[in-house]
Amino acid sequence: MMPSSTIQKAQTLDVIAIRKQFPVLNREVKGRPLVYLDNAATSQKPQAVIDALLDYYTNYNANIHRGIHTLAEEATAAFEETRDAVQRFIHAPAREEIIFTRGTTESINLVAYTWGRKNIKSGDEIIISTLEHHSNIVPWQILCEEKNAILKIIPINDNGELMMDEYKQLLGPKTKLVSIAHASNALGSINPVKQIIEWAHAAGSLVLVDGAQSTVHLDIDVQDMDCDFFAFSAHKLYGPTGTGILYGKKHILEDMPVFLGGGEMIKEVTFAKTTYNDLPYKFEAGTPNIADVIAFKTALQFIEDVGKEKIRKHEQDLLVYATAQLEQIPGLRIIGRAKEKVSLISFVIDKAHPQDIGILLDNRGIAVRTGHHCAEPLMKCYHIPGTIRASFAVYNTREEVDELTGGLRKAIKMLS
Amino acid sequence: MSEEKTIAATEKEIVEEFSLFDSWDDKYEYIIDLGKKLPPLEDRFKINENKVKGCQSTVWLASDFREGKVFFKADSDAMIVKGLISMLIRVLSGHTPDEILSDKLDFIREIGMTTHLAQTRSNGLLSMVKQMKHFALAYKIKNGSITEYEHGRTENKSN
Ligand SMILES: Cc1ncc(COP(=O)(O)O)c(C=O)c1O
Repeated sequence: MMPSSTIQKAQTLDVIAIRKQFPVLNREVKGRPLVYLDNAATSQKPQAVIDALLDYYTNYNANIHRGIHTLAEEATAAFEETRDAVQRFIHAPAREEIIFTRGTTESINLVAYTWGRKNIKSGDEIIISTLEHHSNIVPWQILCEEKNAILKIIPINDNGELMMDEYKQLLGPKTKLVSIAHASNALGSINPVKQIIEWAHAAGSLVLVDGAQSTVHLDIDVQDMDCDFFAFSAHKLYGPTGTGILYGKKHILEDMPVFLGGGEMIKEVTFAKTTYNDLPYKFEAGTPNIADVIAFKTALQFIEDVGKEKIRKHEQDLLVYATAQLEQIPGLRIIGRAKEKVSLISFVIDKAHPQDIGILLDNRGIAVRTGHHCAEPLMKCYHIPGTIRASFAVYNTREEVDELTGGLRKAIKMLS
Repeated sequence: MSEEKTIAATEKEIVEEFSLFDSWDDKYEYIIDLGKKLPPLEDRFKINENKVKGCQSTVWLASDFREGKVFFKADSDAMIVKGLISMLIRVLSGHTPDEILSDKLDFIREIGMTTHLAQTRSNGLLSMVKQMKHFALAYKIKNGSITEYEHGRTENKSN
């Protein structure tokens, strides 16, 4: 039998050891140790990811899928290994279903510009929700305008949860697509995507899940979820910027027209006719972001090495602790009280503009996000111009939460 | 106008005031205090035409032109921006378009507030400075044909 202390250790996360892997956490801001609580915007990168970038440029920089020389082979192999790693990470059935993009935004646009152009007709309906990030609103508005289609919006309740009965009412024979955030970047709410997908499919609609905020926190199984598309960004998963993923079911991707034309995506080009490459290359025109894609594999490895379950426990502990601490600050109101939340908290403070709070927290080395979080319709719904948002990652600590609440009390005092 | 301070003199004064603070907290406390003391802009000036679009906070700026000089009034829903605005008004208001246009606002850097002018802050201060210079330029162009001209329109109260 294992001694209980060993069992204990296996279940909890060694945050000190983890912090050591993130060089930026050593720096000071305004003469104080950095407290980085803007992880929902982008997470920091572990040394191993930084090293992977450096290693590629130092040792095997080459264009991929083209050369027959050693460097090109090594680079191609490393690039394709990330595809395999992503496939495993989200449990996609086939590697061809993983398409590299620049990020969630480009992934969603790819679907809007290709699948959407082909399949959306006048009078068709696309459903999104009040919670969406602008990147899951604007592409559909553009498409609807062009096709004379209709955008319908699932409302939310006061807690920031989708009103599922209303959603059911919105679904109908004209619904062609439901495009929905898995988790809200502004409120943290985790949406019941399985239920959403089941109902949509029953109505004959496809579903795109915006996984920008969920993939780093939750177990993602696109087969179990049964979504038709899943989009996310590497930079929110301890990986590099400029790299994102679009997963799509193979038969749907195969049926989709191409997005960008150029090198890599073609099979044969004559001036009379061009035939296109197979999946996934059909959607990967031109030289991709090789270095960042390669380094993303290291980021996924980091998450797997720590263990998603452990990470989630740690982050949920921070969420519960921070919620309790923040609630004790007079005049502070938490926006978004969904039963299930990823580890972020949005709040407003009576008589203090979020921007003032943000500046004064920065003055103490504390990084939070303030503003509308690219979700203006949602802010309108709450009749607020914006919030202050603290979002937690694997390397954050309860002590940092205390720094935040201390900084807030001081800022409120200065402003009143 | 010999009895009035030049822009450079006011800037120097502000830099000297800030040199008394040794912590950032003190600087911000002072700026917040300036913000609190800035007289609120009358509601009739708080209209869309006077809005200087910043990403997070709203700034309203109105100006008028009397005897060859530009006068500014402004407000914001955020306190620190309001404090910074108050300093800008103190420096620029009451001067000729040429004086305003040629000033580089070096004092902002000297008191360590450059980050607030950076594009990334999107707090409207940069746009505010630009808007002040636009007004000055507009008055300069109109000067000669028009001597009394109020910019910053007022709202038509219809209800
Ligand atoms: C829910 C959600 N969707 C989409 C995006 C856009 O991601 P990116 O900017 O990486 O394309 C974000 C990023 O903040 C997000 O939080």
